[in-house]
Amino acid sequence: MIDKMLPYLLSGISVGGQYALIAVGYTMVYGILRLINFAHGDIFTAAGFFMVYIAAALPVPLAIPLVVILTVLLGVTVERVAYKPLRSAPRMSVMISAIGVSYLLQNLMWYVTGGLAKQYPVIPWISDSVTIGSATTKMVTLITPVLTILLVLALVTIIQKTKIGMAMRAVSKDFETAQLMGIKINSVISTTFVIGSLLAAVGSVLYFSNYTSVTPTVGAMPGLKAFVAAVFGGIGSIPGAVIGAFIIGICENIIKALGYTTFSDAFTFALLIVILLFKPTGLFGEKTSEKV
Amino acid sequence: MKRILALVMVFAMMSMAAVAMADTVKIGVFEPASGDNGAGGKQEVIGIEYANSLVPTVEVGGKTYDVELVIVDNQSATDKAVSAAQELVDAGVSIVLGSYGSGVSMAGGEVFADAEVPAIACSATNPGVTSLCDYYWRVCFLDPFQGTVMANFAMDEFGAKTAYVLSQLGDDYTTGLATYFAKAFESMGGTVINEQFTEGTSDYTAYLNNAVNGGADVIFSPTSTTVASLLINQAASMNIAMPILAGDTWESSVILDAAKGTNLTICMSTFFDENDGNAVAAEFVQGFKAWLNANPDKKTNNGGNDIVAAVSALGYDAYMVAIEAIKAADSIDSVAIAEALPSVVTNGVTGSISFDEIGDANKDMAYIKKANTETVAFDFVKTQSVAELAE
Repeated sequence: MIDKMLPYLLSGISVGGQYALIAVGYTMVYGILRLINFAHGDIFTAAGFFMVYIAAALPVPLAIPLVVILTVLLGVTVERVAYKPLRSAPRMSVMISAIGVSYLLQNLMWYVTGGLAKQYPVIPWISDSVTIGSATTKMVTLITPVLTILLVLALVTIIQKTKIGMAMRAVSKDFETAQLMGIKINSVISTTFVIGSLLAAVGSVLYFSNYTSVTPTVGAMPGLKAFVAAVFGGIGSIPGAVIGAFIIGICENIIKALGYTTFSDAFTFALLIVILLFKPTGLFGEKTSEKV
Repeated sequence: MKRILALVMVFAMMSMAAVAMADTVKIGVFEPASGDNGAGGKQEVIGIEYANSLVPTVEVGGKTYDVELVIVDNQSATDKAVSAAQELVDAGVSIVLGSYGSGVSMAGGEVFADAEVPAIACSATNPGVTSLCDYYWRVCFLDPFQGTVMANFAMDEFGAKTAYVLSQLGDDYTTGLATYFAKAFESMGGTVINEQFTEGTSDYTAYLNNAVNGGADVIFSPTSTTVASLLINQAASMNIAMPILAGDTWESSVILDAAKGTNLTICMSTFFDENDGNAVAAEFVQGFKAWLNANPDKKTNNGGNDIVAAVSALGYDAYMVAIEAIKAADSIDSVAIAEALPSVVTNGVTGSISFDEIGDANKDMAYIKKANTETVAFDFVKTQSVAELAE
């Protein structure tokens, strides 16, 4: 039994790790701006395309940092151009702007790449096959959860121990008051987008090393599921997003193992509805107490 | 003086426009250039373009008409296909060629039927394309035949008892072909494990694990090439030993690139083989290769090499059938062409083409090929006809 389940668990943990890296980006932006950044999945896809084109010209060890830098630049640019001018606008306007950016990026990528699937470059070592017990898989499957947890621990340390982290926590508690206390709100928000995009870039390297073809709409599904994971764990909470992502990744694969392959996606979204019905703030969500 | 000059110029322009209008017949090319089937669609288009370069004019009513190709991209998506089809109708095409992919053809079919414009599918194999639409004809074989061929091949060649059949939920081509394969395989006493994935799935390891754990001897996965490239890659990293079989879409350089250097056994059925003996085919292959090598951008659309894909051959044949139909109708009116089309008989690259009452070509031969992972080419395995299957 264990022998048979092992391959499913492995891919579940790996998929969960990839969702986690995207989900952290969603949850952080929500925590600070109360905005669901719908363009996040497309930034993840863009990172994939950056790698395809850069790796064609440069060796992989040079290409990876360059891809991360470009992705971060893209994330910050999106914030500056599409969200910052709407800082005092109603929240709905910013959300619509986010949806617009998402479609803009998708169609830009469609236009630039011609809409055909591009083969992701092979990254040495992490694309190698390994055998564990009864399962043969890629090295990246094993690296993903470890790297995810390390990155998230580092992130939590930054938020708990550093000055910018303290500023972030203050902003997420109360936007206006933080501003009155002299916190430079724009630099805090930019930092949030830098971290979110950086994790999305790392997530994209791991994801596409596993699933090697990049298309303009490839980020939609993982983006959506990472969003569900963020809501599941309690949007705004980083550990919540990570745990939610792992639960969704593992459950999806167990459902496939049980033979209900057709319903594995339906399950993810049914879970979202159930959580919203019974625990609207998610597993680790902050309790909102309305003050009169 | 100025006024006279202006009048003369307007007159000249009008007459020029009239000349241009009168001497052109438009043929619509309804193919995906992007999306999951974009790679295949492009190969079909170059087949049509090559045919157009050989026969750029057609004689109607004693007058020579230039043939103009109106090419649209249906993006491999059934929702986009309808507007792409409408675009062709609005452009005033007399006949339509394509599409690669059955789902988009069926979606576009309604638009063509409403506008009474005949369409010839090059490589859409789902029976519904022609049976559900009175204005659709096709030049290739059908999925019930293709599915039976591959089921026989799985049993005879690999001694398979259990087959794992994987298809994409809601996609007419893959679910149709998977069903016909499963039916044929079960009727011969085999066991079938049927599973489906949703559009946009990237992780196929769980499906492949299900195939291994279910004790399957062979995998049949008639998917788009985009899915195939992911599936092959993951199967290779999992060391899947059982053969993977598929339908006509897999005869693509995308598959060869994905399978390169792996230990996988990958076979598919297709419409045509480059080394086919007949004279028409030999001439086509030679001319087409020379044309590809002379036109770098066409070669890029072919996947960067000069291997002749079956869909290019079908695109060529469909164009030639369309030209014959226009000649037979002796008109560029779409309704007249639709009336003349059923009785057209041509000797094409992919064999002789004539239509039955539903609008399907009477074709009874499939070519089975194997992806050679070392030479990165398709090796011809065998041909299979309906008559052989009946025995």
